[in-house]
Order: sequence, then C-alpha cells, then structure tokens
Amino acid sequence: MQHTARLSDENLRRIEELKKRYPHPQAVVLEALWMWQGEHGWISEDGMRYIAQLLGIPDHHVFGVVSFYTMFNRKPVGKHKIEVCTNVSCMLRNSERILRHIEERLNIKAGETTPDQRFTLVEAECLGSCGTAPVMQIGDRYYQNLDPESVDAVLKELP
Amino acid sequence: MESLLLPQIPDVHRIDIYEAHGGYAMLRAALSKTPDEVTAEVKRSNLRGRGGACFPTGLKWTFMPKDSSKPKYLCINGDESEPGTFKDREIFERNPHLLIEGAVIACYAMGVTTAYLYVRGEYKYWIDLVQKAVDDAYARGYIGTNILGSGFSTDVYIHRGAGAYICGEESALMNSLEGQRGYPRVKPPFPAQNGLWGCPTTINNVETIANVPIILRLGAEAYAKIGAPKHPGPILVGVSGHVNKPGVYEMPTGVPLVDIINIYAGGVPGNKPIKAVIPGGSSTMILRGDALEGVCMDAESLKAAGSSVGTAGLIVMDVDTDLVKVLQRITRFYRHESCGQCTPCREGTGWMEKILTRFCNDDATQADLELLLDVADNIEGNTICALGDAAAWPVQSMIKRFPEEFEKHIQEPAAT
Ligand SMILES: Cc1cc2nc3c(=O)[nH]c(=O)nc-3n(C[C@H](O)[C@H](O)[C@H](O)COP(=O)(O)O)c2cc1C
Ligand code: SF4
Ligand code: FES
Repeated sequence: MQHTARLSDENLRRIEELKKRYPHPQAVVLEALWMWQGEHGWISEDGMRYIAQLLGIPDHHVFGVVSFYTMFNRKPVGKHKIEVCTNVSCMLRNSERILRHIEERLNIKAGETTPDQRFTLVEAECLGSCGTAPVMQIGDRYYQNLDPESVDAVLKELP
Repeated sequence: MESLLLPQIPDVHRIDIYEAHGGYAMLRAALSKTPDEVTAEVKRSNLRGRGGACFPTGLKWTFMPKDSSKPKYLCINGDESEPGTFKDREIFERNPHLLIEGAVIACYAMGVTTAYLYVRGEYKYWIDLVQKAVDDAYARGYIGTNILGSGFSTDVYIHRGAGAYICGEESALMNSLEGQRGYPRVKPPFPAQNGLWGCPTTINNVETIANVPIILRLGAEAYAKIGAPKHPGPILVGVSGHVNKPGVYEMPTGVPLVDIINIYAGGVPGNKPIKAVIPGGSSTMILRGDALEGVCMDAESLKAAGSSVGTAGLIVMDVDTDLVKVLQRITRFYRHESCGQCTPCREGTGWMEKILTRFCNDDATQADLELLLDVADNIEGNTICALGDAAAWPVQSMIKRFPEEFEKHIQEPAAT
C-alpha cells in the first residue's frame, strides 16, 4: 500500500539501528510511533499502517498499542499541548488554580483546543515532579513551581 | 551521613568528574571477582528493592538460572509514575554514572548481556541526559564488548515509554518493552524463569541498582550497618505536599517521619498541625498526623504502623486538607490507569470513584460508606497485579483511620 506521509530518511536509518537492540523488530514500535508523532504532531491511521508495514507487524497490533498509551495523540492537537498535573501532590499545592487560570487565559476548557490551533489544554496524571508542584508539561519541557504569573510568562514566551 | 547516592560533588553527572571521584573503580573491582562473589556481597548487604515492595535484591538475583541456553536480561525500572514519587529522576539528573556503573555490575553478577533501562515517556529531558552518560560510558569502555579487558560484554539501552502508570508493574513493563500493550502477566511463571521474550529476566528499580556500587565501595558489612538493620542503606525520600521545602532528600533508612518533615523538609507552612501523611506514594496506607510519633521510614517501622515504605514518596497534608477530595483524586488516578483485564479492578475503581464523587458533592449516604468499603475489600487480593490492591488500600485505610472525614460529607437521609 502507498502512504502519503512517511518518516524521514534519518528516522528510517535510526529505526534500522534500533532494531539491532532487540531480538524482534516489534520492540521498536513505541520509538517509531514517537518519531511519527515528532514529525507529524499526531498519529493517523495511515501512520499506524505505515509503521506496521515498516516493522512487519499486523496493523491491528499497532492500533492496539497506540490506543493503550496516553502520550500518543490519535487526533490533531494544538501546536502546544499543555498538560497540567492535577494529581495529589500538585492538588495540595493548588494546581486547580493553575488549570483554571490557563482555561481563562486561553478561553478554553481542559480537553479543548483553541480555535487557532495554537494550544491544547489537558489535565495530566502525576508527572513525577511532585517536589516542585504545581507542574505542567509542554512538549518535552517541564515547568515547575508554577503560579499564575509564571504561567503567563511561559505562555507569552511560547513561539 | 555522607551522601552516597546524590553526593555533593559539583558536576558529578559528567564522566570525568565521576571518574575523578573514584567512579567506575567498583566496576573494575567487581570484574576481578567472580559473579557469584558479587551477588553474595549484595546479598550480605541486605539491600532491599527501592521500587515499592522492599524485596531483597541479592536474593532476587540468585533466582536467575546460572546455566541458560537463552540470553538473560536486566530491566531497570525507571517508570516512576506513582503519585508522590520523583526520586529516580534525581539520579538521572545528578548521578547517572552511578546508575550505569551499578547496571553493568548487576549484569556481570547475573550473566546478563543486555540491560534495558525503561523510562517513562514524559521524562524525555532526563532520557537525553542519561543517554549522554551512556554514550560516554560506551566511549570509555565501561559498557560494550570486552569491558575493561575482562572478556565480559554487555549492552545498556534506554527504552522510552509513552504514558501508562501500569508499565511500572514489572510484567507490564516487559510487555511494553516487547512492543505490546502494557498488560500485566499472570504469575507464575516468574520473570527469572520466563521474562522478556520468554528468557530469564530480572527487574530492579533505578535506585536499587544505583546502590550496588555503594555496597561494593563500603563493603557489605559496613553498608548493612547504615540505617535500619532489617532495611539498611541510604534511601531517597521525596517529600511533597504541605511542607516548606519539598524535594528529594537522601538519608539513612529509619529516620522518624516527623524529623523528615520538620528537619529535612522545613516543617509545615504556618506551623499548622499535620492532619495526615501518605508515607510512600499514593498506594501506601494513609497515617494520622497525630499518630506519627516513633514511626520511621523503614519497612519494619511502617509495617508496624499499618502502612509501608513503597517508593518513600512522603505526602504531607495539613489540618485544613479535605481528605475525601484527596482520596477521590487518588481513586480517579487508579481508575484511569487500570488496564481493564480484571473485572474487580476495572469496575471497582470506577465504582469507588463515583461514590467518592458523591461524597465530594455532599451527596452521599451512610450506605455509600459501607458500599465503598465493600467494593475496596472485593478488589483487594482478587486481581492479576497489585494495582488493584494499590487502589483499595488508600480507600480502606482512609475509612478506617479517618471516619470523621466521611461523616462530614454525609447527608442525613430526609425523614419520610
Ligand atoms: C501498578 C504498579 C506500578 C509500579 N510502578 C513501579 C515503578 O514505576 N518503578 C518501579 O521501580 N517499580 C514499580 N513497581 C514495582 C515493580 O513491579 C517491581 O516490583 C520493582 O520494579 C522491582 O524492583 P526492586 O526489587 O528493585 O524494588 C510497580 C508495581 C505496580 C503493581
Ligand atoms: S489489577 Fe487492574 S491494572 Fe492490574 S492487571 Fe488487573 S485490571 Fe490490570
Ligand atoms: S502529583 Fe503532580 S507531579 Fe506528581
């Protein structure tokens, strides 16, 4: 089957390298999905089929994997996905205020994307950063010890 | 106590600095012993796993078959997703070479030729830091083929997860590594017989492995004298919630919880009384703030107090905390993270969340409280993996130790 979107040559080379680390190519599936999401922002069904073919595993297997892990986006998200931890340690340090503040600033509710596709806001489970609560993650970056002022500064800085 | 896991050496995360302070000398020393001697040393140290269950590490290593026609594997568990837990990240950031040195020593002791470090997907920044350290260790011959001319070879690979608490459970971790959904496996068979790709496998926590070079450096006997006799060694305690100085603190096991809170973590803001603490991450049983006297951060003491060490993630809650709201949030987490294989866990966590939401809305009855306990009791012990228990324990302990917190939210049934 022909795919309209594909992985970059560099990532394809990298996948070949990674395959050598495991007795079965299937073990590379998470990393391949990370690459896809990195290049395309979210993982389409077409992308899943492409990766299945690349690794020689059934399509439905890749579908199952993608739906199991919360960090894979199964539909398009805003340019910046903001994940605010509301689990217990953050809750004790008023993460709710942070979440409400961002909702107000972006004029969306948690779970929604701004009409200009710039921001998606979601609630996150514990990010493993409870000592610097409240915390949010945007892309690969953590923003810690948040208060409304520092949140505003972060939002302003984002490209 | 001198800091052993997170020493106060500037830039010790860099390989030059690590080496200059004796780093990788213990790998060299280990390679001059037999693998059995190394395992025996770890056994004599009485090191117990830092991943939650406090299982004796040396003993676990001896479960690995000596003669195996199949390859053997080590999985280092850096999934670190238990709410209240943020200690392994500190090792990734501040002392990754200690972890790598420990990993290679562990591989040598068990005859493992491939180790995978499984790290939660959110920790991308820290994965990159550790990857740099791994690359440097390869370049200096501490990992790879014929390590330091010993004839022993092993690889260390980092494997990134993608957001699923359950993948910290050891059998789910192996499935995830194999590229499957992270479903826990029914045990037996145990990983030492039938683990990754059906091969003998040991799973150890990041902090557990980081203790290994320390044991060799101090000697097992001296190590065993640190802290609590039955659960010795340095331990990383993460303190969060209502304290002035939250963070990760290294200390010997056996420090009284009140000292951890007041001395290490600077006490409670406004000097408010403590209503409750969760001693070791969200799945451990909650303790009353007025019953902390004499309770220490070690397996025996916390067991006697009716809880456990877990991941040593101490969550402190002051007198103004609404514990039912806390419990609702914790339960929501377990409902979200349940993999759904077992009916009691899948249905029970959802049910408990619903009941607790009624309490939060002041819309609950006395019968709800009984129902809540009943659901929790029916989850405990009836599931494939310990996530079910982890969801039940906070509920059971909260009802037992804080009945008044629920009473506050109960609506008196209207007289008809
Ligand atoms: C639901 C669940 C989640 C777990 N998460 C982790 C984790 O994130 N990190 C960890 O080291 N152990 C975790 N464990 C414990 C592991 O199953 C295993 O016991 C541990 O990694 C063994 O290492 P140790 O012997 O060095 O403690 C979890 C267990 C359960 C039931
Ligand atoms: S106890 Fe829960 S998380 Fe564990 S296997 Fe059963 S359903 Fe899955
Ligand atoms: S509870 Fe928010 S980072 Fe752990």
